[in-house]
Amino acid sequence: MQKIAYKKDISGCAVSGILNTNGKKINGRYIIRSIANMHDRSNGLGGGFAAYGIYPSYKEYYAFHLMFDDLNARERCEEFLDKNFLIEKDEDIPTRKINTTADPPILRRYFLEPREEKLNKISEDDFVIREVMKINSDIEGSYVFSSGKNMGAFKAVGFPEDVGNFYRLEEYKAETWIAHGRFPTNTPGWWGGAHPFALLDYSIVHNGEISSYGINKRYLEMFGYRCTLLTDTEVVAYLFDLLVRRHKLPMKIACKALAPPFWDEIDRMPEKEKKVMKTIRTVYGSSLVNGPFSIILGFKDGMLALNDRIKLRPLIAATKKDFLMVSSEEAGIREICKEPDKIWSPKAGEPVIGLIGKGVVEEG
Amino acid sequence: MLTLCKGEFSVERDDDRCIRCLVCVRQCPFDVHKYDEEEDRIYSDESKCVGCQRCATLCPTDAITIRYEPMEMKENANWKTYHLTNIYKQAETGGVLLTGMGNDKPYPIYWDHILLNASQVTNPSIDPLREPMELRTYLGRRPDLLDIEDGDELILKTEISPQLKLELPVMFSAMSYGAISLNAVKSLARAAAIAGTYYNTGEGGLHKDLYKYGKNTIVQCASGRFGISPDYLNAGSAIEIKIGQGAKPGIGGHLPGEKVLEEISETRMIAEGTDALSPAPHHDIYSIEDLRQLIFALKETTAYEKPVGVKIAAVHNSAAISSGMVRAGADFIVLDGLRGGTGAAPLVTRDNVGIPIELALASVDQRLREEGIRNKASLIVAGGIRSSSDVIKAIALGADAVYIGTAALVALGCHLCQKCYTGKCAWGIATQDPYLTKRLNPEIGTRRLVNLLKAWSNEMKELIGGMGINAIESLRGNRLQLRGVGLTDTEYRILGILPAGE
Repeated sequence: MQKIAYKKDISGCAVSGILNTNGKKINGRYIIRSIANMHDRSNGLGGGFAAYGIYPSYKEYYAFHLMFDDLNARERCEEFLDKNFLIEKDEDIPTRKINTTADPPILRRYFLEPREEKLNKISEDDFVIREVMKINSDIEGSYVFSSGKNMGAFKAVGFPEDVGNFYRLEEYKAETWIAHGRFPTNTPGWWGGAHPFALLDYSIVHNGEISSYGINKRYLEMFGYRCTLLTDTEVVAYLFDLLVRRHKLPMKIACKALAPPFWDEIDRMPEKEKKVMKTIRTVYGSSLVNGPFSIILGFKDGMLALNDRIKLRPLIAATKKDFLMVSSEEAGIREICKEPDKIWSPKAGEPVIGLIGKGVVEEG
Repeated sequence: MLTLCKGEFSVERDDDRCIRCLVCVRQCPFDVHKYDEEEDRIYSDESKCVGCQRCATLCPTDAITIRYEPMEMKENANWKTYHLTNIYKQAETGGVLLTGMGNDKPYPIYWDHILLNASQVTNPSIDPLREPMELRTYLGRRPDLLDIEDGDELILKTEISPQLKLELPVMFSAMSYGAISLNAVKSLARAAAIAGTYYNTGEGGLHKDLYKYGKNTIVQCASGRFGISPDYLNAGSAIEIKIGQGAKPGIGGHLPGEKVLEEISETRMIAEGTDALSPAPHHDIYSIEDLRQLIFALKETTAYEKPVGVKIAAVHNSAAISSGMVRAGADFIVLDGLRGGTGAAPLVTRDNVGIPIELALASVDQRLREEGIRNKASLIVAGGIRSSSDVIKAIALGADAVYIGTAALVALGCHLCQKCYTGKCAWGIATQDPYLTKRLNPEIGTRRLVNLLKAWSNEMKELIGGMGINAIESLRGNRLQLRGVGLTDTEYRILGILPAGE
C-alpha cells in the first residue's frame, strides 16, 4: 500500500449515479453499464461504486469495508477493532477472479457496534470517524474504505466495469448507486485511492481538481479532521460531514457554502436572502470549493449532485418515473434509460437533490 | 563645528539646457539651488540635497540630474559609510539620529523568494475578462458555525458581528493628519470611498472636513489618544487600537510643536504649538487583560456596531500575542512588519527592531489555526507591500487583507528620500507648510490612488484566475499555491510552503 507516496489527487473522471425515490431496489448491473459506457473517461487506474440499502439484515451495525496489505496488518487491525467494537459478523468481501485487477489486497467486511464503555462524552458517529481515522493513519497496511450503516463502497485499481465484475455487484440490490471511473495523471495505482471516498454513510465520487485544496484542508484541520490521503475527494467528503452532520446545515445550504453564488448575484437578491447568502459566504469562505468539479454524494436518504460555480466539468441529470439519474455524459444515462421523461443540464453551483420518499427536491 | 559629512548626492546641471526658469530654485525646500542674478547662473549646494528628485522631475528642459554619490571611503567590510556618517553626525550633535519611511537595509525579502502556481491541463485557468473574478473581502469576527432553519424560506438564526466590506483586499495604512498633509489624507479618503475600501486616520484625529468619508474610515486609538471623542469613534466604520508600528516597535511618537498649527491643534485637541507626544505604551495597557478592557470600552462606546481591531508591530512573539489579542476580543488584528514606514523614527530602532512580515504572518496564521480561533478575527498585514503580487502572496500565506502605506504615498509622488521627519517634503505629502502642501492636488491625488488600486485589482484577478481560482477566499491561507526558491529548511517550515520542484 503506498499511502505516503500518494500525493494530491489530480484526475479527470467519469461519474454516474442512480436513485429510486420510492426506495425500490436497483440491481448493480445497471450502474455498471452506465459507467462502462463512458469507458474513455477512465484510464484503468481506478474504479468504484457505493450502494445503499444492501445490508438490510445488519442495518443497525456499522459496515466496515477494509483492505489489508497482508495477514500481519489484518491481525493488528482486527485486534484494534475487537478492543473498540463488538463484532457482530465478519467475512470476506465476495469477489471473483478476473485478469484485469492485479494484486488485490485482502478484502474483508465487519459489522460493528461501538463498545458501550468507549462512548462516554462522544457520539457514536464521532467515535466511528475517530477510529476510522486512527486505523487509516496509524495501522500500517490497513485501510477502511467504507464505514456507514446498511451501505458499502467497492473500489479497486482497474476500469470501473472490471471492478464491478470483480466485486460481483450484480448480486447486490440498492436504492442508490453511485459510480466512478478514474483518470489519474500522477498517482500510483493504490486501491484505496480509487473513488468513492466514504465516511459514515456519506460516499462521494468526484470529477475535478480543487484549486482551493490548500485552504479547504487547513480549514478542516481546525475542526479536527486529518486529511491523510491528500485527495480532493476526501476534502469534499469531510466538508459535507462538517457542514451537514456536525453543523446541521440543510444540505442545499451546505451546497451554497461549497459553490456559492457570485457577489453581484447576491447583491441583486431580495434583502432577506441577500443577508443569508452574504453570511454564508462570510462565515464559510474557507469551505468554498474552487476549481472544476462535478460531484455525486450518496447518503442514506438519497443522492445529491453538484457542479462548481462556473460549471467547468460536465454533469447531466434525468428522471424517468421515480428514478433520478445523474452522469458525466448523456451517454451514461441513455445506456440504461433510452427515453427519460426529462433530461437536463443542471446549472452551475445549483444542486440536484433526490430524496427517498420525497422525490427530486432540487433540480439544479 | 565643521561637519565631516559629505552630501550623499551630486547635482549635475546641463548649462546648455538650463533656461534659468528657476523652477528648481522655487521647488527645492532644502535650499539646494541658488540663483545668482549678476552671473545669471544657478549654483547648487550639493551637501543639502536629499535626492527627492523634485527638481529633476519638474525641470522643463531636463537639465538636472541627481546622482547618488555617497562619500567613498577606503573599502572596509565592517565600517561602511553608513556607520561613519552616523558617527560623524552623532559626534557633531549628541542626538538620536532620525529617519523616515521603512527599513531600507538588505534583510531578506521573502516575497522575492516565493513563486505562484498556475493551472495547466488538469485544471483550467480562468480568464478574468470572460468570467467573474471576485476580490470582495469581509473583515471581522465570525462564529464557528451558522444556525439556519430550512423551511419555505431560509431563516438565519445566527447574528454575526459587524463586518467591513472591501471590494479588494487592500486598504490604506494608518497615516495621521500631522505626519502627512490634509491634502494627502483627503486623497486617501476619497480614493478609499471610490474604490470601496478603507483608509486609516492614524493617531491624528479626524479633521472636520473628513467626517463625510466616515463610511470608508478606520479610526485609530493610539497611546496619545489625540482627537478621540465619542463622535470621532462613531464617525468611522471600525476602530483600530494601535499598540505598535513596524517602523518603530516598542517606542512612541513625537509630532514636533512647530507642526501643530491651528487645524492640527483643533483636530488633535491639543494646544497650538505644543509637541504631540505619544507614549511608548498605552498608559492604561500594561497587559493583555487591560487590552480587553479597552477593546470593550470602545465597543461599548460604539454600541457593538463596529469591529474593533488591534495593531501591533511584528516582533518575536507575535503568534502568542496575536492569540491573546483574539481572545481579548479583537475583531481584526494588524501585523506591521520590519519594513513598515513612518513619518519619523529613530534610525537605530527602524533599522534593527522587529521581524519580517512574511514570517510573522505565516506563524500567526498557523498559530491561530492550531488553536481553532482563526475565524474569530481577520488578519491584516502591513509593512513593505510593494505590488499586487506581494498582496497575492500575503493572502495565500494567510492574510485576509493588506494595508499599504508607502505604496500609496509613492502613488501620490513620494520618491522615498526618507526625509519625512524634516517636515519639508518637496512633494507636499509629509509636510504642513502651506507652500509645499498645495503641491499635492487632492483631486489628482485621488485619481492616482484609484488608478493604482484598479491596476492592482486587474493584476490580482489575472493571477488568481491563472491558478484556477475565481474567489479570493479560496486563495486565503492556500499555501499550496506557493513555492519557495533559495530558502533554508527552517524558513520553509515557518512559511509553511514547499520548495519549488516539490
